[in-house]
Amino acid sequence: MATNILKEKYSSKINTVTIGATKEQGGTRTSTVTVGGDASAPFLHYEGEIPLKPVAALEIQDIAPTDWDPILQKVYAEVSGDPVTWAKKAVEFGADLIYLKLAGSHPDNGDKSPEECAKIVKDVLAAVGVPLIVVGSGVEEKDNAVWPVVAEAAAGENLVIGSAQQEKYKSLAAACMVYKHKLLALSPLDINICKQLNILITEMGLPAESILIDPSTAALGYGIEYTYSILERGRLGALQGDKMLAMPVLLQIGYEAWRSKEAIAPEEDFPNWGNQEERAILWEAVTAAGLLQGGANIAVLRHPESLRLLKKNSEELMVKPEL
Amino acid sequence: MALTGLDIFKQLPKTNCKDCGSPTCLAFAMALANGKASLDQCPHVSEAAKENLGAASAPPVRTVKVGVGEQEIVMGDETVLFRHDKTFYHETAVAVQVSDTLSGAELDAKIEKINGLVLERVGQKVAINLVAITNCSGNAATFKAAVEAVAAKAQFALLLVSEDVAALEAALPAVAAKKPLIYAATAENWEKVVALAKANNVPVVVKGNGLDDTAALVEKVAAQYKELVIDFGSRQQAKTLAEHVNARRLAIKKKFRPFGYPMLAWTSATDPKEEILEATTYVAKYASIVVVKADEKHHLLPLFAWRMNIYTDPQKPMAVKATIYEIGEVTPDSPVYICTNFALTYFAVEGEVSASKIPGYIVAVDTDGASVLTAWAAGKFVAEPIYEFVKDCGVLDKVNHNSIVIPGHVAIISGKLKEKSGYDVIVGPQEAAGIPAFAKARYPQLMK
Repeated sequence: MATNILKEKYSSKINTVTIGATKEQGGTRTSTVTVGGDASAPFLHYEGEIPLKPVAALEIQDIAPTDWDPILQKVYAEVSGDPVTWAKKAVEFGADLIYLKLAGSHPDNGDKSPEECAKIVKDVLAAVGVPLIVVGSGVEEKDNAVWPVVAEAAAGENLVIGSAQQEKYKSLAAACMVYKHKLLALSPLDINICKQLNILITEMGLPAESILIDPSTAALGYGIEYTYSILERGRLGALQGDKMLAMPVLLQIGYEAWRSKEAIAPEEDFPNWGNQEERAILWEAVTAAGLLQGGANIAVLRHPESLRLLKKNSEELMVKPEL
Repeated sequence: MALTGLDIFKQLPKTNCKDCGSPTCLAFAMALANGKASLDQCPHVSEAAKENLGAASAPPVRTVKVGVGEQEIVMGDETVLFRHDKTFYHETAVAVQVSDTLSGAELDAKIEKINGLVLERVGQKVAINLVAITNCSGNAATFKAAVEAVAAKAQFALLLVSEDVAALEAALPAVAAKKPLIYAATAENWEKVVALAKANNVPVVVKGNGLDDTAALVEKVAAQYKELVIDFGSRQQAKTLAEHVNARRLAIKKKFRPFGYPMLAWTSATDPKEEILEATTYVAKYASIVVVKADEKHHLLPLFAWRMNIYTDPQKPMAVKATIYEIGEVTPDSPVYICTNFALTYFAVEGEVSASKIPGYIVAVDTDGASVLTAWAAGKFVAEPIYEFVKDCGVLDKVNHNSIVIPGHVAIISGKLKEKSGYDVIVGPQEAAGIPAFAKARYPQLMK
């Protein structure tokens, strides 16, 4: 060990959270995912234990997305619109978990009933063995109706369900408490609201260890520095003992990256930006890799190549060096 | 440890003569403590005080410059570990490698390609900064020829990469006026390489092997020459990251001099996309130079954007002037788009209005540079201030209608804004990217 080393002393660490449940644990997953436990700033193995690597989820939807870039549409052409085959494809691509967005529950997008949503979740659970993150369409009233039904139908599976927000967290927190799922709490790029929301949810009785946080993901080039700094501040706060910031972080990288101009602008329109496919994949992967340095635990991605790149990068960062 | 304003004040003449430009000695002391003034601005400070304060007030990371004129790169002079503590000042320079095994037309083509690595995004020019000529041939004369060929044509500063003293001695003198950075002084060659750097007045990279070894080598070199950049020698990502973070912490928190220099990192992956991810880590954590092989625009653009973001000053939001902008050949029929004066919001809207091929006015409302949702949450982008701004800027005098398009993300304010202003308030798309489709559907007759 080198002598010229300055270690920070921390009193606490990020919560360790497991997603999914095997048969023995009351679910049907063939594998579970555990994240968090970090006891240092990101990847500083010499300073504190970093027991678990960051993981990557691939996003799928219950209906064929119409607003996804043609580059993504091409990858999922054969499975888009069928969440079951899409989920299997995502597992083939190496996803550690599946992030299922119930886009079709949106009143303007099919308005699927809570029961239909629950069936989709059950079908996807039956098709793949990896753990599942399920999020609603974002429409408050509808999400409030869908969450309890999905939570009940998947009781025992230890899902992550989202996204709770400042004005809409009660029905989700209650459903997660009763049916023993993890809750995803979304706050709008504001560390105080992030904390406040965690306080409100834990005051309802859901343990802090059952919460994952998304402090709002901003894409590369479009405010990523805000997310990055909030992640850094949150991690420091958690390490210094703030229990209401100690939740593992999930980031919706794909959704944000794939609407950046640099990801979706065709080469014909921007010849000086080079090949669109390579550029778009890297836009997603660099968004993720940059935020890993802030302290991301779960990256939700869309393209299989950015998934591969991020997993490779995480593995390199998890190699404990001799200093 | 850094001195406080009061510690510094005690050493000043306390005459409040104002010759330094500050109103009082105490104000000057505070400015010094915050790194906003330098001691030589005080013409009356005693020699003793200079000695006492000089060492303490020296920046924790030395400023080192490479290149001359427009190609000059300023490195170092960083004062914090986190951008949220204050800001980072000098962006990571990107160096692209060129092997000296290339020659003739092949080398010319490579240089031409590298010269093209100047891109534009959000209204700013972004580019690589250095060409790293690597002595892969192992031959001094070949190296010299390649360095001279690159120096003659490349539009960027130079990094001369060879641990062979003879090769550096051969190549450097002819290009020394361009102030290249030379790489590297090692435990084996440092005396000669440092003497060469000193004689030619160019900065030099000190390459060690890990933290302790590098600290010892830097101490030896710095006793003779201080125009240094550090390379800890690691080529493994987690190790380089740990070395950079630890070194920068020691430099800033403990004023540990051997690590008080800019740092250089090499990527090691062969796949260019993997390489860019490695470089992303080094841009986040303190590299002043990152050396890559990637030379395609689509690979470098994401890295440039990351660098731009990390080095954005969090103390001042990137803002454009809050005013009316005319996009294309506007007419009295043109639509009026309302957005904030946050630069990224404005550039995104501007780009899309322009792409819609329907000329329009954009009103960038003064939100102190906050984005749509942030400004909305802070009460700066709600009915009242928007109405006041739109009314005062006079944009509606330029058109024959009274309708304005607001961002879909603040649809919630449309009723109140309508009530307040009497305008026809149209809720536009949530994202700027939706503007072309929106405009085409709504104003087909205005298509150019």
